[in-house]
Amino acid sequence: MVETENNKILEVKDLKTYFYTDDGIVKAVDGVSFDLKKGETLGIVGETGCGKSVTALSILRLIPQPIGRIVGGEIIFEGRDLLKLGQKDLQNLRGNKISMIFQDPMTSLNPVYTVGNQVMESLIVHRKLKKEEARIESLKLLEMVGIPEFKRRFNSYPHEFSGGMRQRVMIAMAIANSPSILIADEPTTALDVTVQAQILELMHELKHKTNSSIIIITHDLGVVAKYADRVMVMYAGRPVEFSNVDNIFYKPMHPYTIGLMKSVTRLDEKKREKLKPIEGLPPSLIDLPECCIFRARCKYICDECKKEYPPLVEIEKDHFVSCYRGKEFMEGIIERFGN
Amino acid sequence: MENNKLLEVKNLKKYFSLRSGFLFQKFTGSVKAVDDISFYIKRGETFGLVGETGCGKTTVARVILRLVQQTSGEAIYNGVNLFKLNSREMFKIRREIQVIFQDPYASLSPRMTVGDIINEPFEIHKIGDKRKRIKKVKELLRVVGLNPEHIHRYPHEFSGGQRQRVGVARALALTPKLLLCDEPVSALDVSVQAQILNLLTELQKEFNLTYLFIAHDLSVVKHVSDRIGVMYLGKLVEVAESEDLYKTPLHPYTMGLLSAIPIPDPELERKRKRIVLEGDVPSPINPPSGCSFHTRCPNAQDICSIEEPELKDYSKNGNEHLAACFFAGKPIA
Repeated sequence: MVETENNKILEVKDLKTYFYTDDGIVKAVDGVSFDLKKGETLGIVGETGCGKSVTALSILRLIPQPIGRIVGGEIIFEGRDLLKLGQKDLQNLRGNKISMIFQDPMTSLNPVYTVGNQVMESLIVHRKLKKEEARIESLKLLEMVGIPEFKRRFNSYPHEFSGGMRQRVMIAMAIANSPSILIADEPTTALDVTVQAQILELMHELKHKTNSSIIIITHDLGVVAKYADRVMVMYAGRPVEFSNVDNIFYKPMHPYTIGLMKSVTRLDEKKREKLKPIEGLPPSLIDLPECCIFRARCKYICDECKKEYPPLVEIEKDHFVSCYRGKEFMEGIIERFGN
Repeated sequence: MENNKLLEVKNLKKYFSLRSGFLFQKFTGSVKAVDDISFYIKRGETFGLVGETGCGKTTVARVILRLVQQTSGEAIYNGVNLFKLNSREMFKIRREIQVIFQDPYASLSPRMTVGDIINEPFEIHKIGDKRKRIKKVKELLRVVGLNPEHIHRYPHEFSGGQRQRVGVARALALTPKLLLCDEPVSALDVSVQAQILNLLTELQKEFNLTYLFIAHDLSVVKHVSDRIGVMYLGKLVEVAESEDLYKTPLHPYTMGLLSAIPIPDPELERKRKRIVLEGDVPSPINPPSGCSFHTRCPNAQDICSIEEPELKDYSKNGNEHLAACFFAGKPIA
């Protein structure tokens, strides 16, 4: 039916974002395609430098120019290609229909304005509220995100807040205009675990209240398991596996995903099992070879992956894998969680 | 039995005093970074210390190494109180107690080659001649899984995980008995983190090392530790065998901490009931009265804000299981 089509709120097609450095071209994002459905939480996981943050920044066109450039692809939102929008349209979009929560709540708030002022700003800009109306609205928002004594705290400066509280303010700013998409780039990495739990629960609740979609970028597989509906695993600028959360955790078909699952320490592990880390290191993103990039660290290499990068194929319904041997994993010919 | 303990910390306190004013400084209070904690580490075991930012876990390590002066208390290493030693004696004993730091970027000098970095302990302690040292350095590089031919490279040529290996090699150079690992893997990616954790476990077996493993990530700590101490605002609130701590946590803070960590298993997570601790960790400058956790504790009663609970043994299966809570073991509703 048409409904499935309409369900897609965002579609990213073959996105390519390169950085032109003195050492060469860094292909930070090199052919990323995915879609985001209404009301879902999409997790993007991967290690440092895999391009997950650059993907997020590209959606909002926040790539630092002129070093970085989006060299190809399409980002379709509400029938428009975001890559073709002018600055003015982009300004209207950012913090309004698509908003973002950054990793570091210490540096992403402006230290010289009060917290209340900063929350008010996006209301005044986008909703054209009068100052007094914006004030009332921001107070509501601060209460909603659970700032204690929010009336008094309205006039506080960011440095008077703890990390968790600052992140709450960031969330208040991000949801001020009830965005349809909320992009959270490692929203809790800088926070302690008990505070992390608070923030993630808050985001989860708000999502249900506002019916927005969330893209959560993280390296924490636990967070993904808990909150994501679908997961995209990235490696060296490309998606290697994309499916619903259960498939990713229980039926991974890309050697990298499998390796990640075996590397992670689990609180509930039975006894002290030896971890089975992926050997080697992620490659430099300059001068990437034509072959499968994971090849150097992979235990399951074959002749094909030497020749060409494996395309992302739908191996079973809604399960995309970019590995020539994905089928063998699926059919159980290769034992995934063995040695 | 006594002999079994390689390190015993008794009633350790470290208060940092706060001063205000420029020339005539006034004493305005103190931060109780470590407030009367006691624990021991047995030979060959790994003792994990967990807690959130600012709970004092790193200060514990720094005080043991005498990088900062303790306020009071004892640290008995191999029968000797480290705090009573003069600097020459301490110099000698430092060979046996080494550290691995958190940040592999900041803990290696960018102007020294990896070879020089690992060689430095030998130079400081005047061990061996030049030829022997080079041989030893190469050997160490091999032990930690680096290529011995990279001896002339500089730290910036290595990735985070490889630098941490260099840090480990340096710590191992003097064949220490006790290694203090202060957040050794928290700056690393999962796959590299696993490599370093495996390396530490292998080295422990090979060289019969004893670890004090400090980290904020309970799942990592649980993975490597035999016993775990949980810290909150400068105090130990629970100490237990790691399996017991996970299965039957007694202190509500431990319960909250365990529950806050998501397990990478979607189905399990859907079923799991979550206890979300409210609020933030209070400031250590002005800690709450009584039990310092009572401001966030869902089980708190009147007594908790008045009296401070002692760390008591609640063991059921013979394994020591200490907790500092009046209502230890009471489940959180």
